[in-house]
Amino acid sequence: MSIWSFANPTRFMAVTARLTPALGALAAVLLVIGLGWGFFFTPDDYRQGATVKIIYLHVPAALFAINAWFMMLVASLIWLIRRHHVSALAARAAAPVGITMTLIALVTGAVWGQPMWGTWWAWDPRLTSFLILCLFYVGYIALWEAIEDPDTAADLTSVLCLVGSVFAVLSRYAVNFWNQGLHQGASLSLDTEENVADVFYYPLLVCIGGFAALFVALVLLRTRTEIRVRRLHALRLRERMADA
Amino acid sequence: MRDLALAVRSGGGFGLGLVFFLIVTVLVPFGVGPETARLAPIAPGILWVGALLACLLSLDRIFALDREDGALDLLATAPIPLEGLTLAKAAAHWLTTGLPISIAAAPLGVFLSLPWPGHLWLSLSLLVGTPALSLIGCFGAALTVGLRRGGLLLSVLVLPLYIPTLVFGADVARRGAEGLDAATPLALLGAVTLGCLAGLPFAAAAALRVSLR
Repeated sequence: MSIWSFANPTRFMAVTARLTPALGALAAVLLVIGLGWGFFFTPDDYRQGATVKIIYLHVPAALFAINAWFMMLVASLIWLIRRHHVSALAARAAAPVGITMTLIALVTGAVWGQPMWGTWWAWDPRLTSFLILCLFYVGYIALWEAIEDPDTAADLTSVLCLVGSVFAVLSRYAVNFWNQGLHQGASLSLDTEENVADVFYYPLLVCIGGFAALFVALVLLRTRTEIRVRRLHALRLRERMADA
Repeated sequence: MRDLALAVRSGGGFGLGLVFFLIVTVLVPFGVGPETARLAPIAPGILWVGALLACLLSLDRIFALDREDGALDLLATAPIPLEGLTLAKAAAHWLTTGLPISIAAAPLGVFLSLPWPGHLWLSLSLLVGTPALSLIGCFGAALTVGLRRGGLLLSVLVLPLYIPTLVFGADVARRGAEGLDAATPLALLGAVTLGCLAGLPFAAAAALRVSLR
C-alpha cells in the first residue's frame, strides 16, 4: 500500500472520518496545556513583562502561516503531476486556514509591537514579507472563487501557487535589501545554541504541537467539506439529468 | 506586429498608460506641496509607482480583445508555440507602455525636482525593470483571460508579484538620485527581469492552455 491510495476520495473520507476528531481533540488538549502553562505558569520576562506571553500565539501562527503555503505548493504539484482531485481540494482547503494564521501572526505582532517598539507597524523585512504573503493568499483564494469550472480553477490556482512561491521567496529577499530590521532573529531553532530560556521554551513547543494538530485537523475538515460539496453537486446534476 | 499596429492605431492602450503616468506625476506635487526639499526624496518612488500603475492599467487588454473576437483560438492553433505567443504579447505590451514610460520618465522627473544624475538612473532602471512588469502582467492576464470580470482580480493577483521589481527598481533610482552606487540593485533588477523572461512565458502559456480548453 502506498500513500497514493489516500488519493481515492472514498478511502480518504473513511480514514479522515476517524482521524479528524482525534486530531481536533489532540489540538484542544495541547493548546489548553500549552497556552495555560504559557499564560499562567511562566514568569514575566525581566524586560518585556507580561507581553512576552504573546509569543505562545505569535510564533506558532507565523510558523504555520508559512507551512500552509508550503503545503499548498506540494498539493498543487501533486495535482499538476498526478491529477488527484483530493490534492487540489486540500490545497483549496488550506488557503483560508493559512490566511487566518497569517492574520493572527500580524495582529498579535502588532499588539506586541505597540508596547515594545512603540509602534503598531514598521516596514521591517519580516513584517513586510508577511503582509506580502497575506496578499498572495488573498489572490489565490480570489482566483479559486472566480472560476466556475473546478478543474480549470484547480489548474490555474496551481500554476499561480508555483509562480507565487518563487515570487514570495524573492520578495522576502528583496525587502531584506532595505536592511532595517526591528524584528528580532529566530528565537528558537534546532541548530543554534541561542534560544529562548527553557521556562518559555517547553510551553512554546507544546503550543507549536497544538497548532500543528489544529492546522491538520482544520485542513482535513475543510477538505472533507469540499469533497462533500463536490459530491452534492454531482448528485444534483444527476437528478436534473434524470428529470429532463 | 499586429498588436503593435492595433495598439498604436486604436490609441487606447498606447496613449492611456502614458497619459496616466503623466497625470500621476503632475498630481503628486498638488497633493504633497511644491517644495523641492519635499519632492526630491520621494520623486524616484513616485515615478516608479506611477509607471507600475500605468502598466497595470493596460494589462487586461493583452488577451481580452483577442479572446472576444476569437483570434486567440486561431493563434493557439497556429504553428508557433504558445510560449512564443505570450512572449510576443509581452514584448508588444512593453513596447507600447514600458518603453514610452521609460523615455518619458526622465523629462517628467523635472516636475518632481529630481536631482540631475537621477534622471539617467531612473530611465535606466525603468528600461531594465519594465520588461519584468510586462511579463508578469502577461502571466496574470493569461490566468484571468477566461473570466468575464477579470480586471480587479488581475490587479489583486499581479500586485504582490510586482513587489520585488518595484523594490529593486525604486532603489536603483533612489540611489542614483542621491549619487550613491546603484550597481548592486541594478544587477538584482536585471536578474529579476531575466528570470521572468526565462520562466514566465512557460507559466503564462500553461495558464492559456487551461483557459482555452
